[in-house]
Amino acid sequence: MADSEVLHAEHRLEYPYSRSTGPIIGAFLTGLRDGRFLGATGTDGKIIVPPTEYDPLTGDDVGELVEVGPGGVIESWAWVSQPLRKHPLQTPFAWALIRLDGADTALLHAVAAPGPDALATGARVTAKFRDADERIGSMADLEAFVLEGGAS
Amino acid sequence: MADETSEQGPVTTLATPIRLDFEFTPGIAQSKFLRGLERGEFLGQRCGTCGKVYVPSRGTCPTDGVLTTEDVLLGNSGTVTTFCVVNVPFAGQSIEIPYICAQILLDGANLSFMGLIQEIPTDQIRMGMRVEAVWVDESELIPSLASVRYFRPNGEPDADYETYKEYL
Amino acid sequence: MSAAGRTVRPVSIASFAQSRSVRRDNERNEAEGLHPVIAEVFGNIGITKDDVDFICSGSTDYLIGGPFSFVMALDAIGVWPPRSESHVEMDGAWAMYEAWVLLQEGEIDAALVYSFGRSSLGDLNEILTLQLDPYYEAPLWPDIVSLSALQARALIDSGKATEADFAAIASRSRRDALGNPNAQVAKDVPVEVLLEDDYVVAPLRRHTLPPITDGAAAIVLAAGDKATQWSERPVWITGFDHRMETHSLGARDLTSSPSVTKAAEVAGVADGKIDIAELHTPFAHQEVIVKEALGLDDSVVINPSGGPLAANPLMSAGLIRIGEAASRIRAGQADRAVAHATSGPCLQQNLVCVLEGA
Repeated sequence: MADSEVLHAEHRLEYPYSRSTGPIIGAFLTGLRDGRFLGATGTDGKIIVPPTEYDPLTGDDVGELVEVGPGGVIESWAWVSQPLRKHPLQTPFAWALIRLDGADTALLHAVAAPGPDALATGARVTAKFRDADERIGSMADLEAFVLEGGAS
Repeated sequence: MADETSEQGPVTTLATPIRLDFEFTPGIAQSKFLRGLERGEFLGQRCGTCGKVYVPSRGTCPTDGVLTTEDVLLGNSGTVTTFCVVNVPFAGQSIEIPYICAQILLDGANLSFMGLIQEIPTDQIRMGMRVEAVWVDESELIPSLASVRYFRPNGEPDADYETYKEYL
Repeated sequence: MSAAGRTVRPVSIASFAQSRSVRRDNERNEAEGLHPVIAEVFGNIGITKDDVDFICSGSTDYLIGGPFSFVMALDAIGVWPPRSESHVEMDGAWAMYEAWVLLQEGEIDAALVYSFGRSSLGDLNEILTLQLDPYYEAPLWPDIVSLSALQARALIDSGKATEADFAAIASRSRRDALGNPNAQVAKDVPVEVLLEDDYVVAPLRRHTLPPITDGAAAIVLAAGDKATQWSERPVWITGFDHRMETHSLGARDLTSSPSVTKAAEVAGVADGKIDIAELHTPFAHQEVIVKEALGLDDSVVINPSGGPLAANPLMSAGLIRIGEAASRIRAGQADRAVAHATSGPCLQQNLVCVLEGA
């Protein structure tokens, strides 16, 4: 059969999904809406950010939620020179794993910076939240992280 | 924790909409079937091992696992093997309820497919009823089952149960 | 030390087949594309579908954008009379593990394992983002290349590897692929030239990324009499295990792989000398991590097939590592091999399979 006879069609798959958060993730997202970060206390006092319901290594229930950040340290980063259409920023930026002050695990988010030369593992960043009336309780409540003491 | 939040109350849900775009390919055999519809024809394929004729064909025989390569042109007439009368409204419904949805076994085929039955009151549809396809105008034919407007009774006496009981 | 991963009942890999890996196979549907692979895996040893007691497949609906897509693939095999069949939304290597467990329990004597996937149909970056934590990570839509780049940066920062090391792995892999008729990307390009590639997401340059591939693969497992009847030189599975790390990327040390190390220990990798290793490390830097986690030294030939940098048919690439290792043992090029498969971002889940010739 000639190639031209085989058919192709565009197929769009779309679901609205609304997920229940539970008390731990819900508390963290509520914190974001309030402009702050919360971490959960895991086994041996480890502070897990973003918080999970159970310690990821031991499986113990987590304990108290404590405030962490808003500044932190870059543990790893990757420079995106050509953002994809669903990336949080549409101008070149860096993904980063950020260990917020007081946390023992890292959070994944975007860092707005003028170029890859401004980034380094170990650099300090701080959260840039959106205005209060734009925050709904999601990771998108953060516009990005920015380098402390530097231009964004 | 909850006591320290604003008057809005704690966040309990997160909207996470998903949208993915795909290219869909029906494959070689199914494309043949769809191209057949574009010509106003029902095209099936015969399995070289068991002899069954599948319409539409997906390119292999599901019982023997061999490629089906022999094309078979089928006519417009067939038998209703089973049916249901749809009374329940649902989002996206394009046909006025009540309407009859039926499995139609085309003459010469060993696989039935679903079709709309019209031109008969919904309380008169029955298993074994002989039906014929009503196509759209020639200028409206496309490679889709939408080229078949519906099936309607063709006036022949009902088919004997023995002739279609294997397809229930 | 657990004996769970060590073989109780000898199970062999009796036959292996794979499709030629290509960028786009969008004329045929799943059953049409899989059929020749199934025909070959049976034909190699002169058996039919009626000679296997169990069928298990690895594939994912997310690649095709439709539910129960694996069910239509069964048309390529013919499942009448009704067959005992199972499926995992994982690489076929995990489907093979499930079949191996049933064979260990003595419930069956032979199994067909197959996998398929067409990455060309959708946007792979967006699709793979859906495997991430749905609350914290997925809503930001971080693509698999970006996440892998975070791992590569961490590896460089740790001092365990350099960008030149990654280029050397890519160069060697695609050069070795010149000897693999099924490979998609095969060429001999020196390291200096590769290091001039642009970054896709720094520190990953284009050559460190796997190709996007459509493909399928199948393996027949046999135990007892069938193992010796179907092969003159059976390839035995002597160890098989898989482990998973936490879902949270930020809670893992991305420069090491405790799950590979644990699976290797349970499967007994260190019980003898390893001649070749087929590693499912789609990003070049990941070979450094997995090689170390498996405890392999420089005497081990890694990815003689070219590995996933030469062809990365999602859902089959892990099963193909096992098949490629088995093929070389059967051909007398190796006596003992380890095959590895991975799933999830940044080597989150890992499977280790140890193979030995008769």
